[in-house]
Amino acid sequence: MTTPDPKDAAMTHPAPPLITTAVRLSADDGVAHEPVLTLKDISVFYGDYEAVRGVDMAMAGNQITALIGPSGCGKSTVLRSLNRMNDLIPGARVAGTISYHGQSLYAREVDPIELRRRIGMVFQKPNPFPKSIYDNIAYGPRVTGMKVTNMNDLVEQALRDAALWDEVKDKLKQSALALSGGQQQRLCIARTIAVRPEVILMDEPCSALDPIATGKIEDLMINLAADYTIVIVTHNMQQAARVSHRTAFFTAEVDEAGIRHGRLVEYEDTNKLFTNPNHKQTEDYITGRFG
Amino acid sequence: MAADTSRRDVPAAGVRRGRSRPGERLIETLLIVAAVVSVATTIGIVASLFIPTVEFFGQVSIVEFFTKTMWTPLFADKHYGVLPLLVATLWVTAIAIVIAVPLGIGAAIYLSEYAHTGTRKVLKPVLEILAGIPTVVYGFFALTFLNPILIDWWPTADKPEFQNLLVAGIAMGIMIVPTVASLSEDAMSAVPRSLREGAYALASTKMQVSTRVVVPAALSGIVAAIVLGFSRALGETLIVTIAAGLKTADVPTSPIQGAATMTSYIAGAGQGDLPVNSLEYLTIFAVGATLFVFTFALNVLSIRLVRKFREVYE
Repeated sequence: MTTPDPKDAAMTHPAPPLITTAVRLSADDGVAHEPVLTLKDISVFYGDYEAVRGVDMAMAGNQITALIGPSGCGKSTVLRSLNRMNDLIPGARVAGTISYHGQSLYAREVDPIELRRRIGMVFQKPNPFPKSIYDNIAYGPRVTGMKVTNMNDLVEQALRDAALWDEVKDKLKQSALALSGGQQQRLCIARTIAVRPEVILMDEPCSALDPIATGKIEDLMINLAADYTIVIVTHNMQQAARVSHRTAFFTAEVDEAGIRHGRLVEYEDTNKLFTNPNHKQTEDYITGRFG
Repeated sequence: MAADTSRRDVPAAGVRRGRSRPGERLIETLLIVAAVVSVATTIGIVASLFIPTVEFFGQVSIVEFFTKTMWTPLFADKHYGVLPLLVATLWVTAIAIVIAVPLGIGAAIYLSEYAHTGTRKVLKPVLEILAGIPTVVYGFFALTFLNPILIDWWPTADKPEFQNLLVAGIAMGIMIVPTVASLSEDAMSAVPRSLREGAYALASTKMQVSTRVVVPAALSGIVAAIVLGFSRALGETLIVTIAAGLKTADVPTSPIQGAATMTSYIAGAGQGDLPVNSLEYLTIFAVGATLFVFTFALNVLSIRLVRKFREVYE
C-alpha cells in the first residue's frame, strides 16, 4: 500500500501483539473478514436536527476503514456514535441499529463504559491528561480495574506498540504536555492501546500534526491493524488512500426544506474507490472538483 | 480601485500622528492613581497594625505571649498568653473547613459535572446569593436555631454550653460553602472538554472523570477557593462573637465550650472604653498582628502546595 520512508525505518519495530482474544480475526487479505461493526439505516440526530441520515455499512476486523468527505458531511458524527461518545452531548440520539459482533450498541443492557473499553478513541487534537507520561498510560488500566501484574511492563508495552518508547523511556515521570504534538498523539494512541480494546476509532488524528509526525502515525496505524480494527475519519484523501483497506465517502446534501444532512455516497475497497469510483460525486470529490 | 492605487503612492500619509490623544494620557494617569492608592492603603494598614504591636512587645515578652495559657489583660490579675484565643480560633476554623470543603467541592462537582444545564442555571445564582447573606444573620442562626438542635441531640450528659465553638464553626462552615462551591465550580468548568472526552473514551465513569481528571486539573482553582474560605473563617468576627461568646481566660479544652477567638476578642475589647496606648489597648494590635501573620502564612503555604501538586493543562 505504501512504502515507508527509510527515515522512519528506525521507529518501526517488531511490535509484539498485545491482544490475543477469541474475537481476533485473520488479517490476511483475500480472506473474507467478519464484520466487527455493522450499521443498518443509521441516522444521528442532535435534538430535532438530523445530522446524518440512512447510513448502511460494515467495518471488518483487523482492517482500516477510512471515512472521508467534505466538512459537515457527518463522518465524525458517525464515528462518535460507534463508541457512544454522542451520549455525552445532550439531545443527541441515534436511530437505526449499530451492531458490535451482533450486539446492538444502543440496547438497554449495553454498558457504555464497558463498550468504550473495547472501542477506544483517539481525537483530532492530542489531548493527553496533564499528568506524567506514565500516568497517562496507566490511567485506563487503573480506572477500568484491569488486573495488572506489573504496571511498568504494561506501560512499556503500550509505549512500544505506539512507537514512542525509545523517545520517552528516560522521562516517564515528566509531564506529557512537554512532548511535541506528534509525540502527544502517539501517547494518546498508547493510552488507548493500554486498556486492550478491539477497535480504535480515530477522529482526524493527524490534522493538527506536521507531515513527518503524520507519516509516523500512518506507519503506526498500518502496524496496529494487525491487532486492532481501526476506523479513521480524515480530511486528507491521500491519507485515506495510503492507510485504509476500505473507504467510505460521505457528502452533505440539502433537502427540500433547505436543511443539510450527511449521507453515505459510496463504500468500497480503497483502491477501487480512488481509481474507479461508482458515483460521479465521489469522482468529483477525489479529483478535487468539489469539496 | 483607481483611488486606492493613487493613495498607495504616499504610503506613510495615514500613519503619521495627526493629533495627540490627551484622553489616553488621562486614563493612564487615573489608572496609576488607582493602583498606587490600593497598594499604599495596604502598606498603611500593615504599618498601623505593626507599630503598636512593636510597642506591645516592648512591655510583654513575645515568649510569654505565645506560651502562657491565660489571657486576662482586661482583668485585675493580668496575664498575656494568647493561646486561649489562638486555640479557640483554630477550633472554629477547623470545624468550618471540615464542613465547607467536602460540601463545597461536592456541590461544585455536582454543578460542573452532573447537573443539567437548566439545573445549573438556577442553582449557581442561588448559591451566589447565599454568599451575600450578612454574617450577623448566620450568627443568630447558629445561636437560636442550630444550637438548640445541637443541645437536644447531644448524646452525652455533658451538653454544649449556651454559646460554644462547635456551633459557631458549623455556622461558619455553612457560610463559606457557597464561596468554596462557586469558585471551585468556576475552576472545574474551565477544564477543557477535550480532557473529559479523553477520559470517557478510556472507559471512565462520570465519577472517575470528575475525581481523577477534572478535580486534579482544576486543583489550583479549588485550593484558591478553599484558601479564600479559610481566610474568611479566620477573619470572621460576628458569628463567633454571637455564637461562641467572649470568654477569654483559659484555653478551651473542648469545642462545646464557649470561648473568644482572636477576632471576637478584638471586637469585644475594641468597644471604646480602653485608654489609648495603655497596655490593654495595645493587646488589640498584638492579637490583630498575630491573626494577620497566621492568615498570611497560610496563604503562602497554600500557594506553595498548589505549585507542587497542580496539573497545568495549557
